[in-house]
Amino acid sequence: MPELKEGCVKPARGPIIPAEATAGAPSGAASTQEVRKMLARVGQEAIDFEANAFVAGVGFKPVKLSDYKGKWIVLCFYPGDFTFV
Amino acid sequence: MSTDSRFVHKIWQEQELSKMVDGGVPFPMLSDAGGKIGALYGVYDEAAGVDIRGRFIIDPDFVIRAMEVLTPEVGRNPDELIRQIKAFQHVRATGEVTPSGWQPGQPTLKPGPALVGRVWEIWKP
Repeated sequence: MPELKEGCVKPARGPIIPAEATAGAPSGAASTQEVRKMLARVGQEAIDFEANAFVAGVGFKPVKLSDYKGKWIVLCFYPGDFTFV
Repeated sequence: MSTDSRFVHKIWQEQELSKMVDGGVPFPMLSDAGGKIGALYGVYDEAAGVDIRGRFIIDPDFVIRAMEVLTPEVGRNPDELIRQIKAFQHVRATGEVTPSGWQPGQPTLKPGPALVGRVWEIWKP
């Protein structure tokens, strides 16, 4: 069966954790446990990820934060589309 | 980035954002389904299942330089965001440091023994 170009569910990699950040975890520990822990710190390297995205003029595509390495990046989180503020 | 799907992002852009910003927002609208990325950045609210208002400045070496996290009721100030980026760019280019409230074009500080106790002579906010 040919792969659908744009299915309802399309997994993206999500967080891409460097090996040293998980080195202390017991071997075989589910990465989801690690993932819940905040790792972002000022002065430290940003945590890479891949997320599905909508890009104006392009359409749907997966975007990796590290695609923008070498540029100044602003990463913004917000509670939801169509919210008021 | 929010926990909304890319499909919702598309409709929000077309139905609302494009009426507030000419041509719509030009940057990628990212989907953090499940909040895993938000959790790593310390902004995922597990009870509500959404990412709250967090903003991170990342420099060209991929180092996080600034973070600001607000509860959802209060919106951000883009002028302050741009001021911080310009300040970090200035520091990166010159090695000088920027005092509190600094705006581009204003005096900066050159840290060293000679400056100790004399900031007041240079910087009068």
